[in-house]
Amino acid sequence: MTVAGSPVLTSTARPTRGGRLSIAWIGALPFLAYVGLFLLLPTAIIVIGSFTTPSGSFSLSNLSGIYKSYMVKAFTTSLEVSAVSAVTGAVFGALLAYAVVTGKPNGVLRRSIMSASGVLAQFGGVALAFAFIATISTVGFVYLFLKSHGIDIYPKQVWLYDPPGITLIYLYFQIPLMVLVFLPALDGIRPQWREATQSLGGSTWHYWRHVAGPLLAPAFFGCTLLLFANAFSAYATLSALLTNGGNYVPLQIQALITSETERSQPGLAQALALAMIFIVVVVMTVYTVLQRRTSRWLS
Amino acid sequence: MNRAQRRNLQIFRTVVLLLMGAFLLTPIGAMLEFSTRGNGVDAPRTLEAWAQIGQTPGLVKAITVSLELAAITSLGMLALLLPTMVWVRLRLPRIRRVVEFICLLPLTVPAIALVVGLRPIYVWININVTPSILSLSFAYLILVLPYSYRAMDAGLASIDLKTLSEAARSLGAGWGTVMLRIVIPNMPSAILNASLLSVALVLGEYTVANLLNFQNLQVAVAYVGLTSAGTSIAVAVASLLLAFVLLMVLTLVGGRLQQQHYVPGQRA
Repeated sequence: MTVAGSPVLTSTARPTRGGRLSIAWIGALPFLAYVGLFLLLPTAIIVIGSFTTPSGSFSLSNLSGIYKSYMVKAFTTSLEVSAVSAVTGAVFGALLAYAVVTGKPNGVLRRSIMSASGVLAQFGGVALAFAFIATISTVGFVYLFLKSHGIDIYPKQVWLYDPPGITLIYLYFQIPLMVLVFLPALDGIRPQWREATQSLGGSTWHYWRHVAGPLLAPAFFGCTLLLFANAFSAYATLSALLTNGGNYVPLQIQALITSETERSQPGLAQALALAMIFIVVVVMTVYTVLQRRTSRWLS
Repeated sequence: MNRAQRRNLQIFRTVVLLLMGAFLLTPIGAMLEFSTRGNGVDAPRTLEAWAQIGQTPGLVKAITVSLELAAITSLGMLALLLPTMVWVRLRLPRIRRVVEFICLLPLTVPAIALVVGLRPIYVWININVTPSILSLSFAYLILVLPYSYRAMDAGLASIDLKTLSEAARSLGAGWGTVMLRIVIPNMPSAILNASLLSVALVLGEYTVANLLNFQNLQVAVAYVGLTSAGTSIAVAVASLLLAFVLLMVLTLVGGRLQQQHYVPGQRA
């Protein structure tokens, strides 16, 4: 670049391009250096570490480590919990959002549900695990209450620490998140469209099937993908709830980087991290595409 | 809509709101119930677990450290991000998309994955620079980037940055004066928004701290939970309430400050 062809062109037509460091770039340097060191370098360490052996030569053995049966199981369990909690959360969240939208536009109900959703969508992590221990573990309030009324929610075994329990816990932040991200799409639906459907003789079913449904579908699927990425990235709740370990991808990473086994195969944690990033990037890309499609119709 | 449809809608709304309300409120109620349980089957309600918060040494230290981390991260975020965003808008508009892309990048890198790449860097920092837990703010600044960027981008979009800074510069102001006396006073709600989001994120952070072997608030809460569930649940309720308070401050103060924005042409 620096010695390429025409120095006259680079210095006159585009004074800030080319080999010289322009004064304008200096202002952006601290930021670029910082993200380079703490965001791009870690990402590079993950990518390079996934493809090299401890001695530094190229290798695919770390990535093939993912194909061990317990790692495959960790991925299927994580993906399953994320998918089920995303779809269920999306459905219930959309219903709640619809109940909110059909109320007063600036009413107390709407404002308080939106504020509460803002907090609860962020309410992940350690506190959430304890909240559900306090609620439906065998010493939990709801469990004890139901049991004293003859209902046992654990007829065979305690499923709170199994995938169904994790899914239920994740719903606690998935539903509020869905309300936050799906509500703008619902707000874009005009009442006139419904009136137009009715004046043409359409029923409520026709309206949802042919008008509102197709319009909202991209937004709904997009938001579901966002919920999926959200659940798939979650680690703190799993870690706090399953103190004895469990077979989920984040917990496998945790086990690898906190135990001695890291020394035997340091690249495996990197490979798992890379696989997680890959999945989230794909999901978020489709989400962005669907969001763009939504904003074209509903804005 | 006819009367029957209206009634059906009302029934639907009531059912949904009651069900969802029950699902979202029960765990909070259960936490309050659990954290006030006495010792024994028929023991009376007690605030023992809450009182224990102040007497658990690790917990008090962790709360202090997390508050310090929150303050450092917010200030660091403002010092790094705000001048850069202003500079890029005024002098380097062609890298604006790049900066935006970089700032939103942490949304697609799960914290649990990022920490794998951060570990070698932190090993180096803790040996060569400082072993202090406060070094976590380096990583936290990255985690808060997307939220702070969005908040401040909205703030910068609402003021006529170019005219304001050119006016200040033509009157002899340096870049420091432009930042401190022109930009910051003109977007108080965006700055407050970005700071409070950063504070909330740092106070709730567990992943990075836990896997880099630092004991911040959430790590301490998880640790206390192993021995005394009541106390850790009390802290969990308290942190949730704190989040609600932060959000309320954000909505109330934000709404009031919003009206003081400089609107181009308004004061001409």
